[in-house]
Amino acid sequence: MTLIGWVQIGFLLAIVLASIKPLGLYMAKVFSGEKTVLAPVLGPLESAIYKLSGINRDKEQGWLAYTLAMLAFSVAGFVVLYAIMRLQAWLPVNPQGFAAVPSDLAFNTSASFVTNTNWQNYSGEAVMSNFTQMAGLAVQNFLSAATGMALAIAVTRAFVRSKAETVGNFWVDTTRATLYVLLPLSIVVAIAFIFLGLPQTMDGSVTATTLEGAKQVITLGPVASQEAIKQLGTNGGGFFNANAAHPFENPNAIANYINIFAMLSISAAMVYMFGQMTGNRKQGWVLISAIAVLLIAGIGITYWAETAGNPILTSLGLDPSMGNMEGKEVRFGQAMSTLYTAVTTGLSDGGVNSMIGSYTGIGGLVPMFLIHLGEVLPGGVGSGLYGLIVFAVLSVFVAGLMVGRTPEFLGKKIESREMKFAMLAVLILPLVILGFSAVSAMLPVAVAQIGTPGPHGLSEILYAYTSAAGNNGSAMAGLSGNTVWYNTTLGISMLIGRFGYVVPVMAIAGSLAAKQKIPSSKGTFPTDTPLFAGLLIGIILILGGLQFFPSLALGPIVEHFAMTAGQTF
Amino acid sequence: MSNKTTSPALLDPSIVFPAIKDAFIKLDPRQLIRNPVIFVTEVVAAFVSAIFIRDLIAGGGEAVFSGQIAAWLWFTVLFATFAEAVAEGRGRAQAESLKKTKSELVARRLKDGREEKIAATLLKLGDIVIVEAGELIPGDGEVIEGIASVNESAITGESAPVIRESGGDRSAVTGGTQVLSDWIKVKITVQPGSSFVDRMIALIEGAERQKTPNEIALSILLSGLTIVFLIVVVSTWGLAGYSGTLVSATVLAALLVTLIPTTIGGLLSAIGIAGMDRLLRFNVVATSGRAVEAAGDVDTLLLDKTGTITFGNRMASEFLPVPGVDAHELAEAALLASLGDDTPEGRSIVALANGTYGVATPDIKPDLVVPFAAETRLSGCDIGTRRLRKGAVDSVRNFTGLTEAECPPAFRQAVDKVARSGGTPLAVASGNKLLGVIHLKDIVKPGIKERFAELRAMGIRTVMVTGDNPVTAAAIASEAGVDDFLAEAKPEDKLAYIREQQRGGRLVAMCGDGTNDAPALAQADVGVAMQTGTQAAREAANMVDLDSSPTKLIEIVEIGKQLLMTRGALTTFSIANDVAKYFAIIPALFVVTYPQLAALNIMALGSPKSAILSAVIFNALIIIALIPLALKGVSYRPAGAATLLRRNLLIYGLGGLVLPFAGIKIIDLAVVFLHLV
Repeated sequence: MTLIGWVQIGFLLAIVLASIKPLGLYMAKVFSGEKTVLAPVLGPLESAIYKLSGINRDKEQGWLAYTLAMLAFSVAGFVVLYAIMRLQAWLPVNPQGFAAVPSDLAFNTSASFVTNTNWQNYSGEAVMSNFTQMAGLAVQNFLSAATGMALAIAVTRAFVRSKAETVGNFWVDTTRATLYVLLPLSIVVAIAFIFLGLPQTMDGSVTATTLEGAKQVITLGPVASQEAIKQLGTNGGGFFNANAAHPFENPNAIANYINIFAMLSISAAMVYMFGQMTGNRKQGWVLISAIAVLLIAGIGITYWAETAGNPILTSLGLDPSMGNMEGKEVRFGQAMSTLYTAVTTGLSDGGVNSMIGSYTGIGGLVPMFLIHLGEVLPGGVGSGLYGLIVFAVLSVFVAGLMVGRTPEFLGKKIESREMKFAMLAVLILPLVILGFSAVSAMLPVAVAQIGTPGPHGLSEILYAYTSAAGNNGSAMAGLSGNTVWYNTTLGISMLIGRFGYVVPVMAIAGSLAAKQKIPSSKGTFPTDTPLFAGLLIGIILILGGLQFFPSLALGPIVEHFAMTAGQTF
Repeated sequence: MSNKTTSPALLDPSIVFPAIKDAFIKLDPRQLIRNPVIFVTEVVAAFVSAIFIRDLIAGGGEAVFSGQIAAWLWFTVLFATFAEAVAEGRGRAQAESLKKTKSELVARRLKDGREEKIAATLLKLGDIVIVEAGELIPGDGEVIEGIASVNESAITGESAPVIRESGGDRSAVTGGTQVLSDWIKVKITVQPGSSFVDRMIALIEGAERQKTPNEIALSILLSGLTIVFLIVVVSTWGLAGYSGTLVSATVLAALLVTLIPTTIGGLLSAIGIAGMDRLLRFNVVATSGRAVEAAGDVDTLLLDKTGTITFGNRMASEFLPVPGVDAHELAEAALLASLGDDTPEGRSIVALANGTYGVATPDIKPDLVVPFAAETRLSGCDIGTRRLRKGAVDSVRNFTGLTEAECPPAFRQAVDKVARSGGTPLAVASGNKLLGVIHLKDIVKPGIKERFAELRAMGIRTVMVTGDNPVTAAAIASEAGVDDFLAEAKPEDKLAYIREQQRGGRLVAMCGDGTNDAPALAQADVGVAMQTGTQAAREAANMVDLDSSPTKLIEIVEIGKQLLMTRGALTTFSIANDVAKYFAIIPALFVVTYPQLAALNIMALGSPKSAILSAVIFNALIIIALIPLALKGVSYRPAGAATLLRRNLLIYGLGGLVLPFAGIKIIDLAVVFLHLV
């Protein structure tokens, strides 16, 4: 670790911190239905959308109607995306002339993009036509992100309202999230990317003649625009297989900086927005500080583990001063690679600018564990916020009794109905991750796809299901995921990880919205204090740790101790 | 506390031995399924027992290990059922004495004008019985004829007899209490088996015990965690299989039981019963567990002024002489004039003169004593030419023959001053001369102001309810330090106030005794009826205070809070414990396959088997160790939520994290020393 590395990390986090309040306030306005600075431009467009699609913007929905609308919207998105991929050979803008995407891969990819996971069992440049990229994948990049935001808004409203039957209108929330937040920011970021040299063209590729006289086909496409929403929507699905390690996706240090900033900013600001909308900004900051502590710890440990390097390589005579540079881009270095990795996994983004599979044991454990913690640091756009609220509700419930009152969070009593659905949501991650991992670990068809045998192979399997169920999308490359088994089970994992989680969460929202808001007093469990931040950190760590410690012990922890003992597998 | 029954020693043999027997009876899976965590433990214990038998038949050394694990798993279940049995036993002991008085009762039932003797248990709703002096009242009911003094000490512990008469607010009688004088006709108002005492016994014995809302929510959390750990343990078998480790079923069973929250799961119902029991020791009977929980959540306390905040009677607090009369002279006149006044107010004047003013009661026999009477509203005496009178201002002025205008200005000012401060002025005169004014006031109970400050720190508002006018009410309210008051309050005002508070999302507790309090008692989230109150009030309330002490409300709230805190503390403790258990078991599980994982054995436990056995033993013993805490409740001091949270998180959160590391290590040393594995 170097001072300059920490300065780079610190400076980026400082910029994000500075953006939280203005962006959070802006989003609070957007989702409270207030007029914003962009209203003169986008207002007519918004009205036109409602008119065309027959949406009554004043008619609100109960939690169930809201959830059903979201599910219907996602199913429709899934079907359209699947159809585009299967039919891309006959569709326009296919300069490379790609054939139809195979059915299992199309299923996996549709699930992946609809759930905001962006797990990619394919190389974009070798399988997906530009039409599929733009009309299919990029559209879902927007819509799945907007869906997540809408859900988080509905959950937020449950705490704002008292004795309410409705939680908002899904169609309006999704439209406003897209129009007022994602679209304008994407345009700004895309233009910045174009300036930094990312390609933005409809051409499929150029052919260059190398110095040796060989012909090289260089894939091009609408990369800059794709890249902007990939990060802003915490999607993470790259245009190219190499993702943000590819020079066309992430050419230099500044582009890398914008990448990380873009993925962090909205999710972090949404937490502030939660505080603002519930009338307790301090609550927002307390949640943000809990996130920050865990995320910075994750960044620090990864950075430390990677710069400490691999003693085995050192003993072979490699210069240890750079640390473990295997799988990392020299133009980013240790600090910016590990920062990207920790943020992308804490965030449910899943884009990568270095190969996590090449990380050391601990360096690979941290990103996996950050996903295990439930993708709340600060998580995907929207999904991070509602995941965090579930943890806050659990923390309040476990420890809240200790102040001698039945637990309440922000004036809402947490009772058996909320606990029932919270536990249902909590069950989803271990059930999917551990269930599929254990089956895959025993199934010859699945084990055969492992890149490296031994504990690292187990890490690869574990990481794949972790990433899928957590809707992250990053991969510990090595595992060949493009098989029927993995395409199917990972697709199912993503769907359950998203919808199996969000339906109970929405049920909680509906139940809380209907409750009376209780005024707080000195006897109320304080949730806007540093102590609560500490408690929340403890609950997140202990819950995550307890669920995944045995599996991590068999994978990355063994790898780590083996490495320090000079043993390889 | 007026009448707190002494609580039996925690390990009273008369409770412990029957509890051991009950603990085994409670192993019945049909009963145990109500407690999912312990039920799972029992299933796993049975499973490991089967493995033990298999190992025994197969031979080899494995049976020693699986046998011990099985035994400790059974102990875990037994300790949990024992905890519940002990809690029930303690409550039952309390109820038993009440039950005894009831079973032997004989009733004299009036039927078609004739009297017949039947067992009290055969009485039906609406039967009319006659009870004479010396007899026990056979069942709960209403006096329809006659008047009698009744000894209710069997229920209240208060030895002073109370008057019970037909009509009005004093018509309710309780089965098992004794008529001391006269006779009464009682109409039985409850079905056999649902009398007050029956309900109380049922609640304690657990037959009718239902889980309270928070208990249900907590059970869901615990069941959820149990399922999570089931997934973890089963998947560990698969993941270990990939790594070439065949984890034995015994070890997986041990892992599962140590991870699931057996500590809180085993103690949950004991905590609830102990909470009811604690209330009972304060002579308060809750008719539902839900009410005890709600007591912890109360934000507003409605307290009657009289008897709760102030002593029941007004008392003399000061003598205000008119110019030309010194205080000593006034005090002496007031004293002499009050010798004929036997009311508490009269006695308080004597006491004030004797005490603060140092005037001894003179040893003279007045020529004429005028006793206090409600019609004249004054009392006094004639000693020679001195004709001393004290009483209501108007009455005394009339006695002196002065018109209002003729009264000295200083006298009128003193009267005004007393009235403005919320007190009652009494005038003192000698012949036709006004000597001064006595300040009678409600005396706020000592210590009550501090009590209210504590409640405020806990976030609870106190509201004083009084029939006084707003001026008087405001004066007492500020002196007592309540947050709000309801002056000239009629029962419907109480009801309206409670509704308004509840609309704002607050939970309200109140106590009352009259029939006209019943609607408010029913509306309040925690309604405490006085045992001396009417049947209607007692039906409407969800708690009955056997001592009829309105101050109890404060203790009830504290007991509710303590109950919830105990639950929260043990839940946190239980979950925090798991960290250490992982560090004991995980290296033990996998160290054969991956010797590197020995690095995780930070407790340096003897061997994989000793580590696993130690974790299981710790897991079982911690339940026994925490039974006293579950029964007594965590120590409670009134404080704000932030302070409580900090303190309890430190003790039960951090403590729960650290303690098992030490505990498991010590047990492991013993296991290794004794060569148990």
